[in-house]
Amino acid sequence: MQTRPGTRPRRARPKSGRPGMWAIRGPLSRRQYWMFAALGLLVPLGLWWIVSSGAAVDKVFLPGPVDVFKRLVTWYTEDDLLSDMGISIYRVTTGFLFSAVIALPLALMIGTFRPVQAVLEPLTDFIRYMPAVAFIPLVMLWVGIEESSKISIIFIGTFFQMVLMMAEDVRRVPLAQIEAAQTMGAQKGETINLVIFQAAKPALLDTLRVTMGWAWTYLVVAELVAANSGLGYSILKAQRFLQTDKIFVGIILIGLIGLVMDQLFRLAHRKAFPWLHLRS
Amino acid sequence: MTTKISIQQVGKVFGEGHRRVEALKDVSLDIADNEFVTFVGASGCGKSTLLRIIGGLEYHTAGEVLVDDRPIMGPGADRAMVFQHYSLYPWLKVMENIKFSRRLRHGRENLSEADVEAASGRADALLALMGLTPAAEAWPNQLSGGMQQRVAIARALMGRPQILLMDEPFGALDAQTREVMHDLILHVHRLEKPTLAFVTHDVEEAIYLADRVVLMAPRPGRIDTIYQVPLPAEREQDMKHTPEFLHLKKEILARIRETSGMKTDQGMLDQLNMEGSV
Repeated sequence: MQTRPGTRPRRARPKSGRPGMWAIRGPLSRRQYWMFAALGLLVPLGLWWIVSSGAAVDKVFLPGPVDVFKRLVTWYTEDDLLSDMGISIYRVTTGFLFSAVIALPLALMIGTFRPVQAVLEPLTDFIRYMPAVAFIPLVMLWVGIEESSKISIIFIGTFFQMVLMMAEDVRRVPLAQIEAAQTMGAQKGETINLVIFQAAKPALLDTLRVTMGWAWTYLVVAELVAANSGLGYSILKAQRFLQTDKIFVGIILIGLIGLVMDQLFRLAHRKAFPWLHLRS
Repeated sequence: MTTKISIQQVGKVFGEGHRRVEALKDVSLDIADNEFVTFVGASGCGKSTLLRIIGGLEYHTAGEVLVDDRPIMGPGADRAMVFQHYSLYPWLKVMENIKFSRRLRHGRENLSEADVEAASGRADALLALMGLTPAAEAWPNQLSGGMQQRVAIARALMGRPQILLMDEPFGALDAQTREVMHDLILHVHRLEKPTLAFVTHDVEEAIYLADRVVLMAPRPGRIDTIYQVPLPAEREQDMKHTPEFLHLKKEILARIRETSGMKTDQGMLDQLNMEGSV
């Protein structure tokens, strides 16, 4: 017998079968997302405020949000905060760009040709475990104490990780994509340019985004070397004078600059690779 | 009929020492021009390896493979390959994927205006043939699995390959989509007249499409039996229910079971059933 839809008697159903936000991997609307995100920022801020305003806590140990904000203002008006930020951003991006420009072709070669991988990968693996801080005396000896030395430290801190991660991105290009090109008559150079590099691009940009974060973590280390400006240098100097509020400002500013750069990378990703960000 | 592909005592060994695996041993087969040959067999029988050797993506360690009486030297545009999946370029729209071979050097060499125009017309024609015209400006990841495979086939055909190699191209598709694709690929075969070598694990598909079904056996990979398909050249879905078809299907399935080296242990099954019922 055939049945037709719509003839079933109506029955009282449970309120809704839709899974709530607490279901495993459940849905979260945009508004709810921002609500929780704001909560995640405001709760720690509130706790900080409460703890720091307690009478038992010395300001040298833990300055409150208000103290930190006041210090931000005086740093901006009296101590030329913008030039500190500018020089630090300059050092980080320059060191980072040098890394990226050298790492990219190397990673393409390592991920494509096994002999190159055999020569370079163990070596890179070995060097990346060496602490970047320990290179400071050598950098001073070889590069001097100019601007280039700070850039060198950031380069050393990011380059070796970057090469390995990018090589992995290149290796993850599906073999079928490469072989399809070969059976369409692609030469070696064409396969690398038109397939491998194109296919790896989104992952490579993600790797750049992640390593940019690491470049910022090496800023303080880099500004240990005979610096007299910059956010990292200011943090170190503030430590000497027990200006805890200034340390807070420096750390928070580095965090914020990092956050902005991260968002810029994500925006670039959406613009450059629209097929990965389609609404289904 | 002239021989298009001649496989002569081909052997393939992977690895060295105790990891040495003989993937193919003493495989000989002649495939005629415009013939449609399908390869079936238990896993590990080397059917994909053989296809990849013809495509120039693997190199055989013994014997010879000739295409038009010339030994193959690596992959080339005369032997296009269609893979099971992940072979489309997700950063190119459907039309750009199909025209990919035009961006390659050999696709640009000595081109006159008329050639370029003809190529563009061919891309449009292939798009229409595959029923993809409305999807020309879509990204591959917006398409269903069946549509993606149509793009892959159109792209492979774009360079007018004399040989089309297909490695389980419909293996990831659902049964209904697969039937549509079967008639489509038969249509392409009639229209474009490539020589077609097609690897599959689906015996029904192998019979329905092919002039000959080559059954391979594992350990070491070798050709076991070659079946001539007793169906008229023009295939229709209804033929799948004819006694000839069903008989051949049964025969091939039984032979694959025999050669797979895996037997169903009836005693063990009975024992499991007994324990389950207690």
